[in-house]
Amino acid sequence: MYEAVIGLEVHVQLSTNSKIFSGSSTAFGAEPNTQASLIDLGMPGVLPVPNAKVFEMAIKFGLAIDAKIEQESIFDRKNYFYPDLPKGYQISQFEKPIVGPGRVTIMLDNGTTKTINITRAHLEEDAGKSVHDVFDGMTGIDLNRAGTPLLEIVSEPELRSAKEAVAYLKVIHSIIRYLDISDGNMAEGSMRCDCNVSIQPKGSDVLGTRTEIKNVNSFRFVEKAIDTEIHRQIEILEDGGRVVQETRLYDPDKDETRPMRSKEEANDYRYFPDPDLLPVVLDSSFIEACNASLPELPATRRARYIAEYGITEYDAGVLVADRDLADYFAEVANISGEGKLAANWVMGSVLAELNQTSKSIIEFPVSAKQLSDLVSRIKDNTLNSKTAKTVFDALLTSDGEVDTIIEQEGLVQMTDTSAIETIVDEVISENSTQATNYRAAPADKRPKMLGFFVGQVMKKSQGKANPQAVNQILASKLAD
Amino acid sequence: MSDITDLSFSELKKALQNKTLSSTETTAAFLDRIESLNPELNAFITITRDEAMQSAKKADTAISDGTATAYTGLPIAHKDLFCTDGVLTTCGSRILSNFVAPYDAHVVSRCKAAGLVSLGKLNMDEFAMGSSNENSYFGPVRNPWDTSRVPGGSSGGSAAAVAANLTPLATATDTGGSIRQPAAFTGTSGLKPTYGRVSRFGMIAYASSLDQGGLIAHTAEDLAHGLGLIAGHDSRDSTSAVQPVPDYTELLNDSLKDKVIGLPRQFFDDRLDTSMHNAMDTVLDVLKSLGATTVDISLDHVAEAIPAYYVIAPAEASSNLSRFDGVRFGARADKPTDLLDLYERSRSEGFGSEVKRRILIGTYALSEGYYDAYYKKAQQIRRLIRDDFNRALASCDLIFGPTTPSTAFIIGEKTSDPVSMYLEDIYTVATNMAGLPGGSFQGPLVSGLPTGYQLTGPNFGESIILNAAHRVQTATDWHRLIPEGL
Repeated sequence: MYEAVIGLEVHVQLSTNSKIFSGSSTAFGAEPNTQASLIDLGMPGVLPVPNAKVFEMAIKFGLAIDAKIEQESIFDRKNYFYPDLPKGYQISQFEKPIVGPGRVTIMLDNGTTKTINITRAHLEEDAGKSVHDVFDGMTGIDLNRAGTPLLEIVSEPELRSAKEAVAYLKVIHSIIRYLDISDGNMAEGSMRCDCNVSIQPKGSDVLGTRTEIKNVNSFRFVEKAIDTEIHRQIEILEDGGRVVQETRLYDPDKDETRPMRSKEEANDYRYFPDPDLLPVVLDSSFIEACNASLPELPATRRARYIAEYGITEYDAGVLVADRDLADYFAEVANISGEGKLAANWVMGSVLAELNQTSKSIIEFPVSAKQLSDLVSRIKDNTLNSKTAKTVFDALLTSDGEVDTIIEQEGLVQMTDTSAIETIVDEVISENSTQATNYRAAPADKRPKMLGFFVGQVMKKSQGKANPQAVNQILASKLAD
Repeated sequence: MSDITDLSFSELKKALQNKTLSSTETTAAFLDRIESLNPELNAFITITRDEAMQSAKKADTAISDGTATAYTGLPIAHKDLFCTDGVLTTCGSRILSNFVAPYDAHVVSRCKAAGLVSLGKLNMDEFAMGSSNENSYFGPVRNPWDTSRVPGGSSGGSAAAVAANLTPLATATDTGGSIRQPAAFTGTSGLKPTYGRVSRFGMIAYASSLDQGGLIAHTAEDLAHGLGLIAGHDSRDSTSAVQPVPDYTELLNDSLKDKVIGLPRQFFDDRLDTSMHNAMDTVLDVLKSLGATTVDISLDHVAEAIPAYYVIAPAEASSNLSRFDGVRFGARADKPTDLLDLYERSRSEGFGSEVKRRILIGTYALSEGYYDAYYKKAQQIRRLIRDDFNRALASCDLIFGPTTPSTAFIIGEKTSDPVSMYLEDIYTVATNMAGLPGGSFQGPLVSGLPTGYQLTGPNFGESIILNAAHRVQTATDWHRLIPEGL
């Protein structure tokens, strides 16, 4: 009877080599404060100089979501005190962001699609990190991250469930990976998400009071945090209470959200245009050049895969969501010339293995060339599905050629009809009772009963017999 | 020959080039004078004798090797908000009283590259906020013409040091009049260049959209030499202008025959002291005698400049000064109990009362619900003022007026009345709001105290200002008057 209203603010670290306003490196994981220049430290007298690369990246993102690119945008100062914010203000964009309204399409579980509008996307600098667990009774400050460029992407509150929110987040993730403007690594904080959640009686147009869950850092946590928060809010309303507008944190260990300490929450950021920076004025030729260099985006690629490889819409959707997976699939399909078979293998065994080992396709031990060889050997009937799985498992642990493994393991499929006939004859004579029963059975019961014989034949051939041939020969011999 | 320290920057330049003087003896002479007079004037916060003598020695070697620039070995001193690598840089504040900068400001590195010898760091109003130099944590600077009087501010140390011949050239900054007003009070020449002409990199910010580095010296010719050294584009400052730097000495002697001087009626109304009015008329007579003509103009919104300035500058300052939090550098409160205590006490103890007042004003002006009424409105006024100036400068080459309403006042006279102190900048602030170049140059003495007249030019029109001032200085000796009794 309640409906959730959810909007996401996604922070994406842009993968520039140097910071947004200084020349320091942005590489992750360096010794604390070794990548903090005088500018990142907020030393007296230093000034920010924008890294032009961030404009190109923001524009590409804007074009990818069909958004308005603002020809003039302005950097503002967001003022608040915190030890890991060296200047006492964050340089961000407030009134005039670089990317205006845009939209993306998400796929829902029931197979339908939904358009989610994006309010804006703006550039800003990341803060440093406060380290609370290294020095006893003291807080350390690591400013390596301070000044890392961020693109903050703000959605309209058009998401209606935690699942929709995750679907939206995955689309954003997919786009930034396709554009190669961020590594999108949520575990390292390259992509973080603030979730604005409120609930209202279904069908009502009176907005509920919203809470903001800060800094959620995985797809799974986004789903759990939102679900938990929706339930919390429902319980409050059911008990006759009122939801308080506040900022909350999600604790994955306890699966609950709780309010942030009020000190961590500044109320008035006193935004004003940063007088150290000129307005960002983009000429249309620059925007045009960004447009010309846009790579193929997920939606386009999906359509192309369906047309080119003859795969289903669903399979195409899953495959293109991850640019690297999509590239992998395409390579397998192109080398083997077998789109559908390639899709089955990537969607099946490959994804299962990736999920089980929590690895990305980049780290996957079976190369696209190896998998395409495997697919080719299935196509030419050297392998059947059972022997193919044996080869696949061997490829996961060793680095051999597909044909070598087939030979070593003696897995070449038996396609010689006379050899199969011999086995079939043996099986029928060894199981004469079942053969008699089969022959006596009505036609509609027979196919099921045939399975028993197929199993026996496959067993006797050590899985090497061609299943189609076995079926055919069995059916004709038993019909006698 | 007169004392070494009586010589102007341009005269010293000739002497070093002719080898009638060495950098070592020049530097030593100024250092000796600083050490004898600074206890009374308090113009210097830090005197870098050892470093200065070392650079002087190097300069002499370069001069004899023939590897010197035209300026190698000449003395300069820097306002203490220009960061100097390895040297204390206090900004006149307790909160930076222990701050040794880890790098050189653009202006400082340009001077070093030209071979100038830095004598030390000059006193100033804390964070450049003030018009009397009474707001320094290191104590007030005294006016060499009358040590009971203020030298003006915020570049009071720069102006007093030049006036007392402690240095022939000093860097300074001007946000609302901080170069021109002290120049007027001390009988020196001061130039605030066009906004963006001189890089702000390494200049500790007060109000970023108004701050501009410049110089104080004895003459317009000295300023022309100095500006050539520090002007020019710097990629480390996004607001730095990509505009070629002319030879500012080239036009110094141009005739004023075809020059039109605009006289804004708002600068000559009854707020101007009668004796100051007369002094201005005397200067105008000289300009006219040199061939210039005058035209009456109006700067309709100039009266709004002070109130708008006291919204914009404190607003920017409130944000610029947030980095002084006791966390990474500068003074930190002793034994803070928690983060809030660290912030509150470091800042309460570290900032003086005028700085706190402006942080509060600025914080208020930027607050939610007040932003449109104050900050936005002030920016609109700023645009109107800029339009006024541009319109006026379409009908004249330079705008002329007094730099200050009266001569230097007594120390302590205005400290309890901030508004009367703010009105000290009534004639200078508008130039900053418009981003235009402005200079203050010596007029005749009034009751034994210096006066200054102000010339405002078009964007990047520093040469026009220096030309007019140089011609007046060639025809008069006001710039040669020196304070007695030092």
